[in-house]
Amino acid sequence: MARDQLHQSHFRRRKLKNLWMQFLMTLATVIAIGPLLMVFFHIVALGLPSLNFSFFTELPAPTGEVGGGMGNAILGSLVMIAMASLICIPVGIGAGVFLAEFPRGSIPRTLRLVIDLLASLPSIVVGLYVYAVLVVPMKSFSAWAGTWALGILMVPIVVKTTEEVLRLLPFHYREAGLALGLSRWRVICSIVLRSRRKAILTGIFLALARIAGETAPLLITAFGNRNWPSGLGEPMASLPVQIYNYAISPFEDWHRQAWAGAFTLVSLVFALNLISRALMTSGGTRGGELGG
Amino acid sequence: MMFLQGRFLPVAVQKKSEVRSSDLAFLMALRGLALILILGFTSIVFFLYFQSRPLIAQEGLSFFWGREWSPADNRFGALPFIYGTLVTSALALLLASPVAVGSALFLTVLAPHWLRRPTAFLIEMLAAIPSVVYGLWGIFMIVPLVRTFQVDLQNVVGDVPLFSGPPLGVGFLAAGLILAIMILPTIASVCREVFGAVPTVNFEAALTLGATRWEALRMAVLRASVPGILTAVTLGLGRALGETMAVTMLVGNRAVISPSLNSVGATMASIIANEYPEAASDLHLSALTAVGLALFVISLLVNLGARWIGTFYRRKMGF
Repeated sequence: MARDQLHQSHFRRRKLKNLWMQFLMTLATVIAIGPLLMVFFHIVALGLPSLNFSFFTELPAPTGEVGGGMGNAILGSLVMIAMASLICIPVGIGAGVFLAEFPRGSIPRTLRLVIDLLASLPSIVVGLYVYAVLVVPMKSFSAWAGTWALGILMVPIVVKTTEEVLRLLPFHYREAGLALGLSRWRVICSIVLRSRRKAILTGIFLALARIAGETAPLLITAFGNRNWPSGLGEPMASLPVQIYNYAISPFEDWHRQAWAGAFTLVSLVFALNLISRALMTSGGTRGGELGG
Repeated sequence: MMFLQGRFLPVAVQKKSEVRSSDLAFLMALRGLALILILGFTSIVFFLYFQSRPLIAQEGLSFFWGREWSPADNRFGALPFIYGTLVTSALALLLASPVAVGSALFLTVLAPHWLRRPTAFLIEMLAAIPSVVYGLWGIFMIVPLVRTFQVDLQNVVGDVPLFSGPPLGVGFLAAGLILAIMILPTIASVCREVFGAVPTVNFEAALTLGATRWEALRMAVLRASVPGILTAVTLGLGRALGETMAVTMLVGNRAVISPSLNSVGATMASIIANEYPEAASDLHLSALTAVGLALFVISLLVNLGARWIGTFYRRKMGF
């Protein structure tokens, strides 16, 4: 009898512990999602009402005055992101092709390590680097410097996704091209890259989403500007830096605009992420159908 | 031609004369690109060192344990920032790791199937929100919350060393909290992959033997995932060390070493973002670059550590 009771209580304890741990895991998930919902709620609740037409089209109002917008910062962000993409997407795809198609030897091995480390580099360090390379010789903060900082941050993401998706392409696609007498570079350009272009776009959009919100490197390279962008040699305003400057300012109206800016920025970043996901699920990373 | 082999030519060894010149040019261009990227990366170390040379010439290695940082008197010691980085990162890891591991377990094993993907998606979206937006949110939501907590705590338990000093809201506690929220998705998504890689058969076998779900999880899933969890946490640490904007906006940016979480302070990344744009003297810039160089080296070591943990255990445990 006693043994049975002991057995019973032991069993009950195990079951209770099981329930308790399951409860903790569920709780952990709730805690993990809580902040997201709160951030999301506040950005919409505080950002959306602050948006108006002049926010997108006007220059910032003079310090302390109400009104004005972030038109120059939004334009500046777009300019620098576009320039960075022009320069660094081809570089990233090239390096990704190199790693996927010619993976043996010491150069690819080193490059792979370098790309991994570059991906994990704090972005402020990249900013310091570009400051030393470009801002010091040019003796001024400039949009060029900002462009390069963003570009360096894009490269590893594009390289990694390109390499991954090219590796997924079955080898007989290449052999088919070779059997037709194509040279290797034609096989790579016309068959390998062409058939995986959607998947490569996935990586590009991910990289864009990542750099769209970068603030720290821009703060010490492109700095900021209260006027419309006038040239790549000048300091240039950008949306994230403007949000930062307004957020730490003491003015009520600037806080309002910072929330509006945050809403704009988060919408942009989420849109880029969703596009990337949509491309991925529309056959992007699954086995390659030609033209897919 | 050895270098044309690899994946592209798994079998055939070609004679040099059989390689087309256009292919050779293509390969050379790609190799050139690769070399430029490798050189570019190594030049980061060089340029950062070059920029921080004036400071290193003045302070030498004592820079790293100097406690005083006052640009106006040309006195530069980086210890407060190293301390601040350690405190905020440790706090973030302590808060985020259990939650991340728990939610990853929930999402891979416990949750009903219809709930798994949307929830995982939501958590991954947390990672997409830019740092500066977290900072903005932190200033207006976390800081008041932390301040209330600090006041209440001091009313209840009085002055304990860990929570002494004026309840400002900004400081180590607020920075650690925002960091925890920011590194949570990193840890959770790596953990999810790790748990997903454990064969389901093991879990089911444990259930068949009469284990409760938790026991099966502990014995079949968690045991095998220890190295993976370690890697995930190390990657989270890597992210916490380098995180800049949100911390800059919440930590207070003062070179203070204090055992109290209520205290304001600064991290290596935050002091660069806060002082670099307005640094007046060359020596000040140089000192901030030296902090950046140290941050660079530390984050390299942490990330190499994460890789090493992964490969070491994979070899040892045989999968």
